[in-house]
Amino acid sequence: MDGFRIPIGEWVASVVDWVKDNLEGLLDLISFVVRFLVDGLTDILVGTPFPIMIAIFALIAWLVRSWQMALGTVISFLLIVSMDLWELSMQTLALVLVSAAVAIAIAVPLGIWSARNDTVRMILKPVLDFMQTMPAMVYLIPAIVFFSIGVVPGLVATVIFALPPGVRLTELGIRGVDSETVEAGQAFGAKPGQILRGIQLPLAMPSIMAGVNQVIMLSLSMVVIAGMAGADGLGKEVVLAISTVNTAKGVEAGLAVVLVAVYLDRVTAALGTPNDYPASLLGVLARRRAAQRTQAADAAASVLA
Amino acid sequence: MTETALEARHLFKVFGRNPNQAVRRLKSGESRNDVLDAGTAAVIDASFSVNKGEIFVIMGLSGSGKSTIIRMLNGLHDATDGSVVVGGDQITGIPASRLREIRRDNVSMVFQHFALLPHRTVAANIAYPLELRGVPRAERLAKAEEVLAMVGLEGNGDKFPSQLSGGMQQRVGIARALAADTEILLMDEAFSALDPLIRREMQEQLLELQQKLQKTIVFITHDLNEAMFLGDRIAVMRDGRIVQIGTPEDILTDPANDYVEQFVQDVDRARVLTASNVMELPRPVVAETTGPRTALRQMRDAYMSAAYVTGRDRKLLGIVTDRDAIKLVRKGETSLASILKPVPQSVSEDEVLMNLFVPAVESPLPLAVVDGGGRLVGVIPRVTLLAALGPGPGSTEEITLPLRPVPQAEIDAVLDEAQDAAATAVEGQAPEKEVL
Repeated sequence: MDGFRIPIGEWVASVVDWVKDNLEGLLDLISFVVRFLVDGLTDILVGTPFPIMIAIFALIAWLVRSWQMALGTVISFLLIVSMDLWELSMQTLALVLVSAAVAIAIAVPLGIWSARNDTVRMILKPVLDFMQTMPAMVYLIPAIVFFSIGVVPGLVATVIFALPPGVRLTELGIRGVDSETVEAGQAFGAKPGQILRGIQLPLAMPSIMAGVNQVIMLSLSMVVIAGMAGADGLGKEVVLAISTVNTAKGVEAGLAVVLVAVYLDRVTAALGTPNDYPASLLGVLARRRAAQRTQAADAAASVLA
Repeated sequence: MTETALEARHLFKVFGRNPNQAVRRLKSGESRNDVLDAGTAAVIDASFSVNKGEIFVIMGLSGSGKSTIIRMLNGLHDATDGSVVVGGDQITGIPASRLREIRRDNVSMVFQHFALLPHRTVAANIAYPLELRGVPRAERLAKAEEVLAMVGLEGNGDKFPSQLSGGMQQRVGIARALAADTEILLMDEAFSALDPLIRREMQEQLLELQQKLQKTIVFITHDLNEAMFLGDRIAVMRDGRIVQIGTPEDILTDPANDYVEQFVQDVDRARVLTASNVMELPRPVVAETTGPRTALRQMRDAYMSAAYVTGRDRKLLGIVTDRDAIKLVRKGETSLASILKPVPQSVSEDEVLMNLFVPAVESPLPLAVVDGGGRLVGVIPRVTLLAALGPGPGSTEEITLPLRPVPQAEIDAVLDEAQDAAATAVEGQAPEKEVL
């Protein structure tokens, strides 16, 4: 096999160069939008005094889950503050939220499309496998070529890596909707769009939310790699700790990542299955409303009687 | 005059690689198994028409193609060949938007597993077809409330489907179809997922609703008893073909082939056959104007202790007994009027056999069957009632009655003779019995 080699790598590299040379306008636009979103969100998160931010996080936790979770949120974020990692954590959070939002904005429509079209599904499946198994750092190379170092290549690599479970779980959820229920929509004359909005999406929601949860967790797992590309945040701190073999710094930054991850995971998981959390503030309020309604109905009934 | 609401003409449905080729070959006489290489034939040359206001039941075991047929009636499956006509409009081969209009306005459907939307309240589920039609919110919720009351679920509108039992959920499914207010109602194994007691109750409720609403209903089931109970007419399917179409009585008493006959063996005949199916010519019957002598003579000929008395137009007036008639004859009276007694039991001719047992037991005479005008149209002796329950098409024909007992006097005479003979025998030797 001497001298025989298929230069796949070179081919891809030349494609990357071609894109870099010919689509500069597009790349600049992407770069601008991403920077604008991440910087804007970072400014808000960092600019707000941390007690207020912690209170907001705790309130969200209480709304979707329970007061216990709200308490845990306060403790864990105070821990982050005490490690003097608040600002870096908020930068990371901004990066994760934006990349997750972008990934979801792409993944859910793709998932819907592939649920409704077998050809799309057939093409998409190997592409998703490729995206998920290719070592994530490899994406960084063309991303850095395109966008130079900073937050943008980190975010692009994160989006590509975090996309597949969003697409897969959306598709799975929609395909898993009881076919008779979809038929019911058709039998009463619903248009395909009405079936999607009124039946398939609501019934697939737990699965789609599980996908969102996965997207967010994968995004978070990419922060270190984003840090390597020069994105500000906990990732950069970890990279720094590795390069200086600073155990203390590394552990603290890692712990902050874990705390943010646990918070995001619990909140998004609860969003997908609201009925599992009757003690959440939303659940309590809904029950109170329902009770009032039944009371009103009973009162009306007794008046009639 | 019966009007056709829905018609299927030579419907074919083949799933698989080469449906059209399969249909061509089926048409040229090849069997379902012959064309397996081209595709699976689910429905083969099915033709039927459903009249306005009738319940048309399509019955068959699973895999017989009945669910496919019902889905072709509203275009959920498109027919491989043949056509479906709904209220004069052909719905096969029309654009999807026109098909949706027909589904919205003409045909609604009830599903086996209810197919309710779990994230909507009961009322919102029922209002769903109206919502698709663009009816304003207040109006459609009012309609939902009205239909909910119709199926006996008033006050449950704010609940979610998961809070209701299976039977209640299916009532919501029916209410949803009724809210759509379409002429035609398709019911796909609508009661099969319910437990037997609830199923019975739902069947009765459906018939009740049908009496009020007079919809055209196509009902799919694999349960022959259900088919017989609900159907005005029944189509029996086997392996994709319709093997017989007829009224429940037709199918029960005159099965088209062995398959149908086997199928109907297990039917609860007592719930299907009616008094008019099994009754016999009324006997003994005397006209009001005849005298006690004639009456007595008739009773003697029929070995009966009483006879029905009819007036003009064969209207059932009452009964006379032989004892009373004898007294009248002795007195020399000529009118039956003085001994006329009220009829102890009579049943209407469309009563099912199930409801005849108690009256038959209580009636001293063969049970009188009267029509809507109170005229005596037949009688049902108890043996006939029993025989009608047995399997086989012959059971509803006239049957031979068991041997009549010999008159008592004759028996007494014979017994006396035997006793005398025995007495002489004892004196002579031991009875022969012991030798045996």
